[in-house]
Amino acid sequence: MLDIAFSQARSSETPQEHTKIHQLNLRVGEISGVVPEALQFAFVSCTQGTIAADAKLEIEWVKAVCYCPECQAEFTPLDWVYVCPRCDRISREIRQGRELQLISIEVS
Amino acid sequence: MCQDCGCSVIPSGMVKIHSHGNHEHDRDRIHPHDREHPHEHDHIHPHDREHPHEHDHIHPHDREHPHDRDREHITLESDRRTISIAQSILSQNDRWAERNRGYFLAKGLSVLNVLSSPGAGKTALLERTMTELRDRLKSAIIVGDLATDNDAKRLERSGAEVIQITTGTVCHLEAEMISRALQQMHLDGVKLLAIENVGNLVCPAAYDLGEHLRVVLFSVTEGEDKPLKYPVMFKTADIVLISKIDLAEAVEFNRELALQNIRQIAPQAKILEVSAKTGEGMESWCELLLTKVTVNS
Repeated sequence: MLDIAFSQARSSETPQEHTKIHQLNLRVGEISGVVPEALQFAFVSCTQGTIAADAKLEIEWVKAVCYCPECQAEFTPLDWVYVCPRCDRISREIRQGRELQLISIEVS
Repeated sequence: MCQDCGCSVIPSGMVKIHSHGNHEHDRDRIHPHDREHPHEHDHIHPHDREHPHEHDHIHPHDREHPHDRDREHITLESDRRTISIAQSILSQNDRWAERNRGYFLAKGLSVLNVLSSPGAGKTALLERTMTELRDRLKSAIIVGDLATDNDAKRLERSGAEVIQITTGTVCHLEAEMISRALQQMHLDGVKLLAIENVGNLVCPAAYDLGEHLRVVLFSVTEGEDKPLKYPVMFKTADIVLISKIDLAEAVEFNRELALQNIRQIAPQAKILEVSAKTGEGMESWCELLLTKVTVNS
């Protein structure tokens, strides 16, 4: 994540390099396997002594969304068992929730 | 860094790859620390290394004009802007995984990624599997652990070529580690490659290694509710193996409940029950692998 941020801060279209990363904006899916607290903790350690030192890590939490082929409709599961609220069948099609994306960085 | 638990925050040049079995002579040249992680060092100190002279410029300048410092800071703040990136954080791993997939395809290899908590019986399963398939199929194994090559020593008894990756502090295998291990393997004629991941039901879920089948193992001694406790991992499984079923009665394992839990959490997965000790269920498991190998080769 920081590799991407550092290289973007260096190579954006402005003539001079950015020397400070103030904030990183992430999208993290519910079933990406990522624990936001662990990520925040690791982020502090990893950014020490870099241009992202003291930067804020903003995490947008993305809920899982499944698709039910019977009802031909998407639904947001209530827990880890992805039961369609219309027909009670268990869905195996996950349409959202695995995201782990660096959306943008704020630099100067 | 592991995105899940941050375990490799202490960035280690500690990942090592050991050849085993028939290729002892490789051992001495397998730990060139610098060679294996040239880029990791770049990750660790990018700022210091890449902007050394900037500090030289800035500090003397400030000393001569101390009043400039605040103004510079204000200017920087007002110049703050957003750079849009929209890139998957694991894109680098995914690229390596794609590369591995291409390699596997070219070699006609079928590849398993075997995952479980520590002690669920991955090594015993693979040892028995490779022994049973020995006369029908040439196999190889990549085994990952934080430390020791004990598992590799066990696995080489099956006759398969074995490579051990010791990850140091890293709690999972990554596609790039697999790619490096592949370079040291002798895969001509090999049809089945099993990757025994680091014992961990959390972080390895996020790392695609380029495998064809993701096999998640849990033993009857771990309790029927394991899939409910680690849903993210089970949701990525192609096959769920219930292991150590010879112990089911002794630990009063509720089979029906376990099957129900797996079907609820991982409706996509095929379920098999095995005992590497007694051999129960091993035939179905080996048949499934042979079918897979026939399709891919």
